[in-house]
Amino acid sequence: MKYLEEFRNAEIVKQYLDKIHNTVTKSWSVMEICGGQTHSLVKNGIVDLLPTEITMVHGPGCPVCVTPVALIDSAIKIAESENSILCSFGDMLRVPGSEKSLLKAKAEGADVRIVYSPLDAVRIAQKETDKKVVFFAVGFETTAPANALSVLQAKQLNLYNYFLLTSHVMVPPAMMALLQDEETNIDGFLAAGHVCTVMGTNEYIPIVEKYKVPIVVTGFEPVDLLQGLWMCISQLEKGTALLENQYSRVVSKKGNEQAQGIIERVFKVASRIWRGIGNIPESGLELDDEFREFDANFEFNLNPEGEEPDNKCIAGEILKGLKKPKACPHFGKLCVPENPLGAPMVSSEGACAAYYNYSQ
Amino acid sequence: MTKKINFNYSCPMPEFDFDTITIGHGSGGFLTNRLLEEVVFKHFSNEYLAQQHDGAVFQVDGKIAYSTDSFVVSPIFFPGGNIGDLAINGTMNDLAMCGAVPKYLSLGLIIEEGLKVTELWDILQSIKQISDFYDVKVVTGDTKVVERGKGDKIFINTSGIGEVLPKANIGIDNIQVGDQVIVSGHVGTHGMTIMSVREGLEFETSLESDTQYIGDIANKLIDDFGSKIRFLRDPTRGGLATVLNEIASNLKLSIEIEEQAVPVLRETSSACELLGLDPIYVANEGIFVAIVAREVSNEVLSVLKKDLKCTNAAIVGSVTVDYPKKVIVKSGIGGKRVVSMLIGEQLPRIC
Repeated sequence: MKYLEEFRNAEIVKQYLDKIHNTVTKSWSVMEICGGQTHSLVKNGIVDLLPTEITMVHGPGCPVCVTPVALIDSAIKIAESENSILCSFGDMLRVPGSEKSLLKAKAEGADVRIVYSPLDAVRIAQKETDKKVVFFAVGFETTAPANALSVLQAKQLNLYNYFLLTSHVMVPPAMMALLQDEETNIDGFLAAGHVCTVMGTNEYIPIVEKYKVPIVVTGFEPVDLLQGLWMCISQLEKGTALLENQYSRVVSKKGNEQAQGIIERVFKVASRIWRGIGNIPESGLELDDEFREFDANFEFNLNPEGEEPDNKCIAGEILKGLKKPKACPHFGKLCVPENPLGAPMVSSEGACAAYYNYSQ
Repeated sequence: MTKKINFNYSCPMPEFDFDTITIGHGSGGFLTNRLLEEVVFKHFSNEYLAQQHDGAVFQVDGKIAYSTDSFVVSPIFFPGGNIGDLAINGTMNDLAMCGAVPKYLSLGLIIEEGLKVTELWDILQSIKQISDFYDVKVVTGDTKVVERGKGDKIFINTSGIGEVLPKANIGIDNIQVGDQVIVSGHVGTHGMTIMSVREGLEFETSLESDTQYIGDIANKLIDDFGSKIRFLRDPTRGGLATVLNEIASNLKLSIEIEEQAVPVLRETSSACELLGLDPIYVANEGIFVAIVAREVSNEVLSVLKKDLKCTNAAIVGSVTVDYPKKVIVKSGIGGKRVVSMLIGEQLPRIC
């Protein structure tokens, strides 16, 4: 697999590990934004190979984890409605809502279908014209273009039984919220490579300038992560705060302008509740008024902005990087993947699931 | 890819005045009789089935192994085989994993009305080819037809009886520190083939299921190495990782495997990469896991590699004491991680 195997090369990994060990002199906390990066770090056993001075803080870039309970309840409500089909990526199915998960609703008879692309949901809507087909549009800027495209396609096909239940969030506002939070202590960031593939890197310049924090756009394979971390640590040791791009084989400054255009056409920026973190202004996307007829919230008369139920999950502290999963008293005891208290234990990108699966 | 036995046998389908199975075929009356007479009894004719009794009566000698499995795969036809292949290979392989030579099988069919008779014929044909080739007799069976929507074309249950080899001493308690873990072929091939043709997920790949009977070679290992073959398992659902976890959780020992030593077809790893799945959790049909004494492990490997069905066999790890009850994978870059049991189904990732 070209572009993957080279970045899993044990020799090059060792070279970067040596470079990091030789560069670091002080203690640093570096946050990797994306859950995919967290998993790669833990799955490949990288965290244990790093110098003790470096603390990897696992960021909020797990779309499943930050989707609020109220939205999951909305999805379940839709799935349980007469003549409706709820389509979702597989990850979302096990996440607990306030009473149950989509998987349980499915077992009880709700029509929940796992799809791999929103365009599959559009196809279902074309076939099942007497049903309302709703796609649970979860994700960061990475999945937003395809989800937006599905709406444009439905419109072109005159499909008026296709809807989006939108739960889109964006990375830069979350990073700023974390930096403004007095509790958090993050010295540098590894920005999420996939998000930047779509959005480019320019939107991080203001963050670097305002907060004087180095940001390195980083990929997902072991060599990517270690090279990105080495670039970040080198900056920290030198006292610089620049935006750098480790993932240049994929990410450009401007990103994918066509995809950005589609996002802009279909969505508008909105404030959004992040599960465990709370409301972050202008941190999400919702369907633009022009596409209101495709909005499941209107069609099903939903109010997803409900209060977060009080439970034992410390997702907020995990997602802000204040606590490691193993510091949670319920980790691996009351909270396990087959019976999760919160989303970070469910998603394959969640930090708790990563620690449970790979290092329990 | 592992070479499977090519069956050149085929049997023409008898003429029927119906082309679809209807609910009447399961009613116990005339239509049922026609279906059983023409499609089943004639097809699998042997002295036990010919008795047309409520069950089969036969003589078995010595220690026997007994196993059952149900098959509900969708789609029922897939590259490299069909549900019939799985149904017969699956139970025969299970018996062989117990150290037995499969002898007698039962065949239970639950057919959803609407199944084409040609499809049923093809499925039974697969079962017959394999049972004839390995001299295993289908001695009893049952056919039911359910209404449309209450099944998924066809479900099959097979149970089997096998004679345990005199030298067999297969048991989890026999596993010792230092024993080596061998897999007999590429991991994840069957599971990814099924995913590639599953409705809503179709992707282009040259993958074909490796469903096959691997009991003959497992039997040979026992004949050649006796109790040095400590344990055998076919890693079907949940894949290699789940089987190894089941073994480790029953031991006070750990199993450590080298990720890079696990044989995986390039097509399988690419498809897994795309879907965010891990090949060691993907279902298998045509391979087995053997835990063998260290002193014979290289010899076992060379016996396996000489068999056309196991040319890609590899030693993937060993039994150790360091992480009791756990399975540890050493990643390609030298880090270690715990491999846990699969929780529910592997769910594809968002991004």
